Amino acid sequence: MGRRAPYWLALPGWIWLGIFLVVPIAAMASVSLTTGNLIDGFAQTLSVSNYSDAIAKYSTQLVRSLVYGGVATLLMLLLGYPVAYWIAFKGGSRKSMYLFLLLLPFFVSFVLRTISWGFLLADDGILFGTLKGWGLLPADFHVLATTVAVIGGLVYNFLPFMILPIYVALERVDPRVVEAAYDLYASRLDAFRRVVLPLSLPGVFAGVLMTFVPATADPVNAAVLGGTGNTMIGNIIQTEYLVNSNYPTASALSFTLMAVLLIGIFIYARTLGTDNVLEAAAR
Amino acid sequence: MNNPLLRGLTQSRYSRRDAIRVAGFSAAGLALAACGVSGQKAAAPKPSEVADFWSTQKKNGQVVFANWPEYMPEDQGPLKKFQAATGISYEYKEVIQENADFFGKSEPQLRAGQPLGYDIVVMTNGLQLAKMIQLGYLVALDHKQLPNFNANAGPKYKNPSFDPNNQFTIPWQAGVTGIAYNTKYVDEDITSIQSMFDKKYEGKVGMMADAQEIANFGLFAVGVDPDKSTQADWEKAGAKLKEQRDSGVVRKYYDQSYIDAVAKGDIWLAQAWSGDVFQRQLAGEPVKFVVPSEGGTIWIDNMAIPKGAANPVDALMLMDYMYLPEIAAELTEYIQYVTPVPGVQPILAAKDDKDAKALAESSLIFPTDADYAKLRSYKTLTAAEETVFNGIFQTITQG
Repeated sequence: MGRRAPYWLALPGWIWLGIFLVVPIAAMASVSLTTGNLIDGFAQTLSVSNYSDAIAKYSTQLVRSLVYGGVATLLMLLLGYPVAYWIAFKGGSRKSMYLFLLLLPFFVSFVLRTISWGFLLADDGILFGTLKGWGLLPADFHVLATTVAVIGGLVYNFLPFMILPIYVALERVDPRVVEAAYDLYASRLDAFRRVVLPLSLPGVFAGVLMTFVPATADPVNAAVLGGTGNTMIGNIIQTEYLVNSNYPTASALSFTLMAVLLIGIFIYARTLGTDNVLEAAAR
Repeated sequence: MNNPLLRGLTQSRYSRRDAIRVAGFSAAGLALAACGVSGQKAAAPKPSEVADFWSTQKKNGQVVFANWPEYMPEDQGPLKKFQAATGISYEYKEVIQENADFFGKSEPQLRAGQPLGYDIVVMTNGLQLAKMIQLGYLVALDHKQLPNFNANAGPKYKNPSFDPNNQFTIPWQAGVTGIAYNTKYVDEDITSIQSMFDKKYEGKVGMMADAQEIANFGLFAVGVDPDKSTQADWEKAGAKLKEQRDSGVVRKYYDQSYIDAVAKGDIWLAQAWSGDVFQRQLAGEPVKFVVPSEGGTIWIDNMAIPKGAANPVDALMLMDYMYLPEIAAELTEYIQYVTPVPGVQPILAAKDDKDAKALAESSLIFPTDADYAKLRSYKTLTAAEETVFNGIFQTITQG
């Protein structure tokens, strides 16, 4: 054993990934090239047309998902960074409590949290009903069943995944480094822009990854909070799998989504300069 | 329990069509993918095979019943009486939340020849039940062991078009799809399906996400009986429904959550299932149900025995026991859907209980002949038809 111990210890993890990630993905890749239906069976025909057909049919929903996911991620970054910053530098001895509060919603299931938004934002519900009663809102004002509701739901549901990695990165920033910047006549803005922000970029990178990918693929928010014309690609994949038992199209769409997300992340990593980011993260 | 938020968080029913669907849609495809998928279309079993199968089966003293939520009195009275009468112990599981989801999860297991662990399942007549029958996943029933069904089931609940001679299924409960409207906001009597297309109700109409349900309404709106519809009719109905969506009349395509939306006023009119509305009326909410003059659809939730069930004889006994009029009456009192046993009506009418009497007089629970005359059935689609049909109607709900 000796020096090889780490490899042996990693083995279960690799086997786990092999069985539950690689095998299903390979199987799905194979299904995405078949043709047929559930009753007559699916035959392997290596038909790439599944992809072109699916993309042609559902490009609207695919693009819509990327836009929703992108906007939601941007909003999360704008909302999340200050929160992470505040907890990391001003949280003091209550840091753990703030982090706990951040994670508290996770004790309730994702779907239920989204549904309770539906109650909160009902047209004549607790919030809008009251405001309408006071004459502050027009009677036909509504948020549910709109794009705003879907993106709002995405932001709400994934926000902690943005805050936590940024917090971890900021938490590791040595206060003495910031002090040194001040000693060298940096203004507060300069110290943030040239010292704190670059050091926190690995966290931002991780946060964007952890929110953009699930937000883009999410079917729950569009189903619960959306209306007509808010269907996202996750809903389509779900319908193709479950309702239509159209496994080839569903698989082809899943792979398309995966490819699009990977390409997006690659470009993003390139523009942000991943080499630096990953190096910093590895330190 | 008058706080809608509290009620929403504690009531399991309203999300049954949606919340659970979200959870496990990948399992089916993955399991299928791993072994490749060959055609499974099964030939109808020969009568001699059916007789042979049942002659080798014995009563085992236990049965596992898989059903939908809120489809059994909370005290499980009918099941307890069954246990007392037959000595068969039961397990009752509310595991079916949605037909498509249940089928999606069960299909790989049934295909691999593994038992589901349930002796009775309940599924609505529709695409998934048709597939269960076509793929040979249901056990042909032995009608010699179903005396109560044969004696007490109403003629309308025997020999349905989706399962001739009740070879694989017998009804559990039935219901009607019609229009629900909130009387606090709608001050006219809704009678026609055209109200659902009225610009007056812009943004206040809820349609169902289910392809067959909206197709049925679209077909009624263009004057076609869904059961007799052709592809040309579907396209016509599709154009009508698309116009309804694009003109902003439809707020959203709903799952089971429509009933909350209409009760709290997010929408004023909605496609609705009769029993949901009746339960809300009893709770004092301002909702009304109507079968539109153009027609409504009647659907049936059916009991069936899945292939590989461990206790088929006990399952048959339980299924048949539910056709005793007193037992069926107890179910109706709680479930408030349409019972397949007409004998329930005099029992409820004779009860010394205001609520029970109201049920006996309700045309939602006991549709009159005039109501039945307006009711149509779902169309049973072939695999090829289904592709075309879904192509037309899903592009509307999921545009």
